[in-house]
Amino acid sequence: MSDLAWIHGALTAARPQAVGALLRYFRDMDRAEEAFQDACLRALKNWPEKGPPRDPTAWLIMVGRNAALDTVRKESRTTELPPDEQISDLGDAESELAERLDGSHYRDDVLRLLFICCHPDLQPSQQIALALRIVSGLSIAQIARAFLVSEAAMEQRITRAKQRIAKADVPFEAPGAIERAERLAAVAAMIYLLFNEGYSAGNDSARAPLCDEAIRLARLLLRLFQAEPEIMGLAALMLLQQSRLAARFDANGETILLEDQDRSLWDPKLIQEGLALLDKAMRHNRPGPYQVQAAIAATHSRAATAAQTDWAGIEGLYLALERMQPSPVITLNRAVAVAKLHGPEAALEMIAPLERPLAGYFHFFGARGAFLLQLGRNQEARADFDRAIALANTPAEAAHIRRHLDRLMAEKVS
Amino acid sequence: MLYTLLCYNKEDVVWSWTKEEDDAVMGRLAVVHEKLVKEGKLGPSLRLLPTTAATTLRGPGLVIDGPFAETKEQLLGFYVIDVENLDAALDVAKQLSAANPTSTYEVRPIALYVPDARPDAPKETIKAY
Repeated sequence: MSDLAWIHGALTAARPQAVGALLRYFRDMDRAEEAFQDACLRALKNWPEKGPPRDPTAWLIMVGRNAALDTVRKESRTTELPPDEQISDLGDAESELAERLDGSHYRDDVLRLLFICCHPDLQPSQQIALALRIVSGLSIAQIARAFLVSEAAMEQRITRAKQRIAKADVPFEAPGAIERAERLAAVAAMIYLLFNEGYSAGNDSARAPLCDEAIRLARLLLRLFQAEPEIMGLAALMLLQQSRLAARFDANGETILLEDQDRSLWDPKLIQEGLALLDKAMRHNRPGPYQVQAAIAATHSRAATAAQTDWAGIEGLYLALERMQPSPVITLNRAVAVAKLHGPEAALEMIAPLERPLAGYFHFFGARGAFLLQLGRNQEARADFDRAIALANTPAEAAHIRRHLDRLMAEKVS
Repeated sequence: MLYTLLCYNKEDVVWSWTKEEDDAVMGRLAVVHEKLVKEGKLGPSLRLLPTTAATTLRGPGLVIDGPFAETKEQLLGFYVIDVENLDAALDVAKQLSAANPTSTYEVRPIALYVPDARPDAPKETIKAY
């Protein structure tokens, strides 16, 4: 790994903390971002020559703040910032700042920065775009590519979102315990949304980095809030889902169902990390939806083959999830486990009342079609698959259902 | 003389490496490992999961989420244990802590464990003191 790659990585890693602290100083998003950009430029010049500082984040905050103050002074024609040589080793000032960074307001800086992005006035798509721009530091071009829109459109979306939060009340005082918990929950939801944005895009390489970014943000939250079982659950859930990336699609980009995936392609490193986090979360005995979903994902990860899947365990977990968050989608998922345990007839009976609430849901017709197919009710299965294709969100989803249909057609001919 | 080499880096950077970047580093390390194995110099080696997966036992009764974070205390030694899960690992840590109550034990899952590759790996305790 070259020096430049290392510096780039360090700048990316430092960004949430640094921009968060600079935002606290200046209480102005644009100024905070500019100050950070300035500090990064100086780092790119300074670090290769002098070596990286002991605490890159503290260095960037200090230099960014000085640079921004310098701009203010220049605007009022007063003294200038000392030359770069003098700020390259901040010595005592740096270690003093680093010590203060360990303090609790440090993590609130990052939480505030993320929380601003989840402002309720913003659409979910705006929230994610803003977080990617401000917290992750992705370029407008990168974000535009991930959302399949033009750069101009994305630029506009982000500018509007920023204008909206500039007008809104941004809470700068340190949050109380309840407020902090609420912020964490909102931020967790936004991070999972970001993950799903990448995950549901299938094998589209432009959107796949969204999943990595969501995992990076979850790890960041975990480092700042170490005793939150739901944050552990969220991170575990995403890691376990992401571990299957290489197995989820065939050479033509078509979806491969979990039970048909080549499990040797699952990433054991991500699985181990996910299982370890879930293990940690369970010790708290404070279950929540992310932990339960992670536990479901973990049950699949632990099965060496699809046939060894603990479906009874999965059904129980979906039942627990239904109690926490009643939703027809969760009932539908439980029905899949019920079909494995008690056969497709039992599952069909269970999902009969879901047809109305899930009338526009691709997976409902895909799943019901599959149950009907297992029972040999091909005519009805076909009708459901046709409806599923009409509701498919991605080409991979449609192609998957089409394969079922092709099979039905082939059987008809023979 | 036996030595342990402890590897340090910025964890958030390393765990943000793409699979290709990670594979490249591990590939270069594998070349060194192979050479050391041939020279009969390589004992067990391992890679740890990130500190976010860590749990710390501070004194026999106090379990804290997260890694050991004090800068004023130093690493004195470590164990590799083979147990069912975190609870079982903490149970072992508690036994050690009861015997050595002023020390802190960080319990960190191992991501990769490569066993001792020396053909005549010692079975008996080696003391340097």
